[in-house]
Amino acid sequence: MASRGRRPELQGPPELYYDKNEARKYVRNSRMIDVQIKMTGRALELLCVPEDKPCYVLDIGCGTGLSGDYLSDEGHYWVGIDISPAMLDEALDRETQGDVILGDMGQGIPFKPGTFDACIRKKVEDEFPRTGGKETFHAHLLETLFGPVFISAVQWLCNANKKSDIPAKRLYCFFSSLYSVLVRGGRAVLQLYPENSEQLELITTQATRAGFTGGVVVDYPNSAKAKKFYLCLFSGPSASLPEGLSEDTEEEKPAESTFTAGRIPYRIARRGVVRKSREWVLEKKARRRRQGKEVRPDTQYTGRKRKPRF
Amino acid sequence: MRLLTHNLLSSHVRGVGPRGFPPRLQATEVRINPVEFNPGFIVRMIPKVEWAALLEAAGNLHLIEVPKEPIQGYEHNEEFLRKMHHVLLEVEVLEGTLQCPESGRVFPLSRGIPNMQLRDEETET
Repeated sequence: MASRGRRPELQGPPELYYDKNEARKYVRNSRMIDVQIKMTGRALELLCVPEDKPCYVLDIGCGTGLSGDYLSDEGHYWVGIDISPAMLDEALDRETQGDVILGDMGQGIPFKPGTFDACIRKKVEDEFPRTGGKETFHAHLLETLFGPVFISAVQWLCNANKKSDIPAKRLYCFFSSLYSVLVRGGRAVLQLYPENSEQLELITTQATRAGFTGGVVVDYPNSAKAKKFYLCLFSGPSASLPEGLSEDTEEEKPAESTFTAGRIPYRIARRGVVRKSREWVLEKKARRRRQGKEVRPDTQYTGRKRKPRF
Repeated sequence: MRLLTHNLLSSHVRGVGPRGFPPRLQATEVRINPVEFNPGFIVRMIPKVEWAALLEAAGNLHLIEVPKEPIQGYEHNEEFLRKMHHVLLEVEVLEGTLQCPESGRVFPLSRGIPNMQLRDEETET
């Protein structure tokens, strides 16, 4: 892999970074494939695509077509656009069902207005060129495990690779052409890794200027590794933003009970239960069941009042 | 590149307005690829299709059985939908060129991938 800890978009333009070697690594890496499938699935969820309705989807930065295959499996038809010929060659080898186009998303999307029902994009930061001497965008090096492995395409737009490129203009050009290319009421979901809040703000400002409504959905905001930003854009009447995933709603709920250091005095804990009452008997039987002892089943006769002779 | 994609493509060269689509297709290598038939999708795509360009492209590729225009009640006419499905989704162009009707700019098409990259002077930025 390329040098760890440095963002790929800082190393050069995407068409050079994603050369044959990177493209081959990308498509052979099973973890990469896994992550791409998960992100595409989540993007489709956020798009709120109605079930059983095949849509015409634009996959920006489609690369090797990993996400496109997921779209095809879900029954959608897609077109992908990518700037790296090596990545598209890999996509051809994999015989994707969607068409792919070689193009620069910062120059605009070369389609008729109202073509697509939806659009997804993973890795967005790559597209924005960083102007000459500005140091604001590469302030800190992110030392995450994923680091150089997945970069979002929009990130590349944030870095200027040629002097003539201005990030804000390229971003605006991209978003406005995207807005026209979507049908009325179409949605776009862009997954990105913003370097800092200024970059995120720049991206969202340009998207709003282009006419989109929507916002940023953050999954797992408290986790450094799992945190993902999805920019959800709606080109029509504004709809409510879907909720981001968080640890509370994670599927694997811990099976153990939570342990506390504090202890409640026994007498106070038992204050509510009257000794020898039916409730007390039932509780004792439950306690013994938990301890694994053999206990008679509870019936209508459990703890009933007996004659004084007992 | 399928004919459906070609029909919806547009040239995004600076200064090119509504007549920038669709590009004229010259094909040197074509392939027929069977694709599963999905009537719902075809029905939704038919209103978006630019018929003149589709007929021209189909003529260039010497395709037979191309409907001239959408017939009334096409949503339920399975034969019509199947023909459209074949024309739009199953015909793939592998080698050729695309020409923007307004500016004359030629985009090459190789291995089924059109190269839509623009030079600096042609972009909006």
